[in-house]
Order: sequence, then structure tokens, then C-alpha cells
Amino acid sequence: MRLNKIILSFISALAILLSTSVVSLAKVVGDKIVLGAAISLTGKYSSNGVHTQNGYNMAVDRINSMGGVKVGGKTYKFDIIYYDDESNPKRAAQLAERLISQDGVEFMLGPYSSGLTKAIAPVTEKYGVPMVEANGASRSLFTKGYKYLFAVLAPANLYLDVAIDLAVEKNNGKGVTVAMAFEQDAFSQDVRLGVLDAIKRTGSKKVIDDKLPKELNDMAATLVKVKQMKPDVLVVSGHTKGALTAIRQISEMKVDVPMLAMTHCDAAKLSKQHGKNSQYALCASQWHKTLTYKDDFFKDGMTYDADFTKEFGYAPPYQAAESSAALLVFKDAFERANSFDQKKVRDALAATNMQTFYGNIKFAEGGQNVDKPMVLFQVMCDDAGKCENKVVAPTKWASAKLIHPIPSWSER
Amino acid sequence: MISIQACLDGVLLGILFALIAYGMALQWGVMNIINIAQGDLVILGGYIAYFMYLYGIHPAWGVIVAPVVMYFVGIAIYKLVINKVVDRDLFISILATFGISILFMQLMNFAFGADVVLANSDYGTTMLFNNNVVLPNSKIFSAFISILFAVCLVIYMKKSKLGRAIRATAQNARAAKILGVDTEKVYAATFGINAALCGVAGALISITFTIHPYMGLPYTIRSFMIVIVAGLGNLPGVAMSGMGLGVFEEFADYILGTEFRIGSVFLLLVLILVYRRFKLSRKREYLK
Repeated sequence: MRLNKIILSFISALAILLSTSVVSLAKVVGDKIVLGAAISLTGKYSSNGVHTQNGYNMAVDRINSMGGVKVGGKTYKFDIIYYDDESNPKRAAQLAERLISQDGVEFMLGPYSSGLTKAIAPVTEKYGVPMVEANGASRSLFTKGYKYLFAVLAPANLYLDVAIDLAVEKNNGKGVTVAMAFEQDAFSQDVRLGVLDAIKRTGSKKVIDDKLPKELNDMAATLVKVKQMKPDVLVVSGHTKGALTAIRQISEMKVDVPMLAMTHCDAAKLSKQHGKNSQYALCASQWHKTLTYKDDFFKDGMTYDADFTKEFGYAPPYQAAESSAALLVFKDAFERANSFDQKKVRDALAATNMQTFYGNIKFAEGGQNVDKPMVLFQVMCDDAGKCENKVVAPTKWASAKLIHPIPSWSER
Repeated sequence: MISIQACLDGVLLGILFALIAYGMALQWGVMNIINIAQGDLVILGGYIAYFMYLYGIHPAWGVIVAPVVMYFVGIAIYKLVINKVVDRDLFISILATFGISILFMQLMNFAFGADVVLANSDYGTTMLFNNNVVLPNSKIFSAFISILFAVCLVIYMKKSKLGRAIRATAQNARAAKILGVDTEKVYAATFGINAALCGVAGALISITFTIHPYMGLPYTIRSFMIVIVAGLGNLPGVAMSGMGLGVFEEFADYILGTEFRIGSVFLLLVLILVYRRFKLSRKREYLK
């Protein structure tokens, strides 16, 4: 009984100690602007969560070392409080509450994935905390009328409609037949809506419209249909497992389609895991290092790529690049607002119009970035089997010419 | 042609499911434990093959290495957890294995990362009927290996001393104990054999499909369902219901659409359970 009491008092003492030490970490302390972020460091999103965190950290270090943020004639440095949301939306919402109401954070950075951003956005909205997010692309995030949510990336419905336009262009402006296979999650279904819009707009026709399960690792049945219907374009979106499964089974079942367009190719390390089998796949990407956007902090995509690789030992996927861009947006907004008042910062964010190494950033009413088109790259391999992603659309940034139609398997 | 394709795809897939289900039926029958972590053991086996592939060894060797490693993993799990719940009621063991499942998922995620991975076998493709039916050789290979392991196991269970001890324990643990069978050892071996079978299946899955730390549950559910349909200790039943489930899934996918694939499996499970219940109740009335 006495032991229990001792343990109990020990725990309560600890709790009091923790809560006081936590409260002292307010939003702007001394010369520090403290941002909060719930990031998936464990759980199923942990690899992309780590990319996100590395992107944030890289930008914080860079901005701090290059003079920090100037507000009201004083220089401030960025600092971020991270919590691990375990890839769990409920946990993410709890942590957002905790960051705001316990840690006193007044400005937030987004988590990884549309699902988790959806969980956090109502919380930041409730407290009027401006959040710049870099990894939630789902269209539904931008139709809810959120006032404090800003996304530096293009919304999900723009991911693959470029591919349909490209196919129509190659077909001399006539409509094409499209086979679609999309995972049943918020993000992929938004990509699907975008493709449907493009189909309607171009007078094309959908011939297959399959919804893939979340525990997707076999799409043989869909591919049998594709073989039978012979569509002009096959569009697949199901995160990394969708991309990997599609390439594996398309190559094994020798499915010939003139154009194959997907998402998440670089996250899936497609060319590394599948080598030449992934050749000719078209992939939607938010960013590519060869794009010629510029800023003062990271210079351009190639420099960012080199610096990031030096610091973290791997080439930055677009998830890292867009996360770094989020910090640049915050810095710009603080300086224009010249204040830490949440409302003023929010208004400054809404008026953002800038170029970063990642792309132009200008927010629409709903908070999505409308000034940065998606790019499509195509996996191209040399005879030695070394594969590279080359931008083929939009034409303005193309570093290689689109190979169309894809050579049939018997000719490869 | 499409039906032939779907049928063959389903049969090849089903044979693989049947192997996992066989392991589950074995330990369910012997120890009265429903192993929720079955699918996670499968995925762990897959990672063993994947890592061999990463280090330049052909992943097909995984079907030999993975079961050996997994056997010992199985024994370890038994010694640490299962032996404490083996004679408790079913609910406790479900909870315990559910815990193991979560632990394994997180550990695998921690150790191997959350990326979806696969091992390339480069086995090529077999074309049948004027190229109208395509079968990836990796699927044929996995079906063949699954059958091989299942047959070996059946023979082992019939002929070897341990096999007979396992069967005796399954029939009546108390009687077996009285007659000098070390049931503790039998339980450990059974769990180890089950884990080894999962290891083989996992290695095959990494060659034919993809693996991911959180992908285990669908395999647990499928094997659970196969065992429910076939009944315990009914090996041909397990094989048949495995293949049946595979074919059913492919056809449901093809006819109803991929989104109803898993749903139709559950629907089938419900129908079968209701039917069994119905049949059982009629039998009872008849006996009265």
C-alpha cells in the first residue's frame, strides 16, 4: 500500500514537472519561432514521414544559417517541436491539440499524407492556427472552406490529367480510351476524379474503372481486362504498392498498352526495384530536380538535390522538397506580416506570391497552390539497364522527348 | 479464355493460401489456438527472402532459409508467450496472438522500414492458348513449392515419431500425455512447424507479390476462412477450399470489380457460417 502511494506521488510529481517544462516552450521564445508538427515517424507512413521531417529540418538549418527571419527589426530563428503520430489520424489530431493547447504552438507545419492532414486541419482551424502543409493533396482538403490551411503542393486531381491530355495530343487531338485502376483511399480517388474530368473534357472514353483494395498486392484481374479491351492509356494510382504491383504484373503478364501513367513512382523507387521492367512508365510528380525554379536559399533543384544528398545520404524525393518549401513560405509570410499575430500571418500567407526552388507558390481561396503545375516524367533506361526519370511534360520543362507508344513486350 | 485465365490465376493463388491455412489448421487442431499473428509470420518470412535478394542471393533460396529461421522464431514465440496461454480458453490465446501480431508489425516496420518491397525472381512468363492465357512462372513456381512442402509435411506427419506424437496430441492431449508423449515438446514443435510453413509462404509471396510490414492481416483472415470452411484436420479439404477461395476471389474480382474482392470473401465466410449453423441445427433436431 505504501509502495503504491510512493509510486503514485512520484508519477504525479513527474507529471507536474513535465507540464511546467512543456508550458515554458511557447510559440515565440527569445529569438525563436517555435513551429509544431506531428509527423509519422513510425507506422505505415514512416518512410515518407522521415522524408518530410528531413525536408523541414534541412530548410530550418538553411534559413537559420542564412540570417533567419526578420520581424519588427529583430532576427528570429526557426525551431520545430516534433511528435510522432504513428501514422494514425486519431493520434495526429490529439497531438495537434497538444501542440496548440499545451505546448503553446501558434504556427503549425503539416503531417505526411492527405488522411492525416484531414485529421489535423479541423483542430488548427478551431484554434485559428495557421498551418502550411506540404503533403496533403486530397481535393477535399480545399473544399471545406478552411481559412488557416495552406498547401504548397498541387491538389490530387491534377496529378494525372496531364497524362490524358498528352495521350489525346499524341492521338491528333482525338479522344482516347482509358483504363483506370485506383486504390480506394482519399488521395487516389481524388486522382481518379481529375482523370474523369480530363476524360470528359477531351471527349475520351473510360473502358475500365476498377477500384483497388487497400491491401492491394494483386491486380491480375484488372490486367486481364486491360489485355482484352486494349485501351490507349492505362492509369494506375495506389501509392507505392500500386506502382510496384502494377509494374510487376504488367511485365509478367506482358500487358501491352501504348501509355502507362502512374503516381508514386519515385517513392516506390520503381527504377531501382524493377529496373528495365519499369521502362516507359509515365509518373506524375510534384517536383523534379531539373525544373528551373530558383530561390535565394536553395538556389535551384539541382543544388537542392546535391545538398540534400550530402546531408542525408539519399536523393530527395519530392516529399522532402515540398516540405522544405513550406518553411520558405512561412519565412516569407512572417516577414511580410511583420508580426506574430496569427491573423496577420494568416492574411500574409493568403497573399503569398513567390518562387521557390520547388516551384511558384500562390494560394487559391481554398488554400491549394494554383501556381505550380504537376510534371510528368518517364522512366528511361540505357542498354546497360541503368534507369533514370526524365521530365517529358509539360513541354516547357521537358528534358527528354516522350516515347510513345510504348514498344510491345515482344519487341523489347 | 478469360475464365481459364481467372481459374488458373485463382488456383495458383489458392494453393499458396492453402499452405498458410494448413499451418493454421495444424496448430489450431493440436493446440486449440487461433493464431492472429499468422499473416505477420508470413510477412516476416517474406522479408528473409527479400534480404537474401538484396544481398545478391536468388530469392528462391528463401524457401529453404526462411522456414529454418522461422522454425526457431516459432519456437521462441511458443516459449515466451504461447506456452502460457495454451491451455487457457480460446479468447485469451486470440488476445495473446493479437498482441504478438501488433508487436511484429511494429518491429518489422522499425527494422525494415515502411516501404513496400519485392524480390525479383526473373522467372519470365508462360504463354498458353495462343498467348491468350499468361501465367507468370513465379506463380507456377510458388504453387509447385507449396504443394511440395505440403506433401512432405503430410508424409512426415504420417511416418515420423514426432508426426505421430503431434497427431496423438491433437486427438487427445491428456491421453497422449499419459502414454508418455511430451506434449510440451509437441506443442513447441507444432508452433515451429506452423511458423516454418508461414516462412515458406512468405518467401513465395515476396517473389510473386509485394510485402509490407502491415500486410499480414489479409493472410490471417484468408487462412482462417479456409480452415473454417474445411474444418480442422481435413487436409484435402484445406487444399480444396484454398483453391476454391482463390478461384472465387479472381472471379469476384473479374465480374463484380476489384473493389468487391475482399468484400465477397467476407460475404462467403458469413454465408458458410450461416449454412453450417443451419445444417448443424437440423442435425440436432433430427437427433432429438
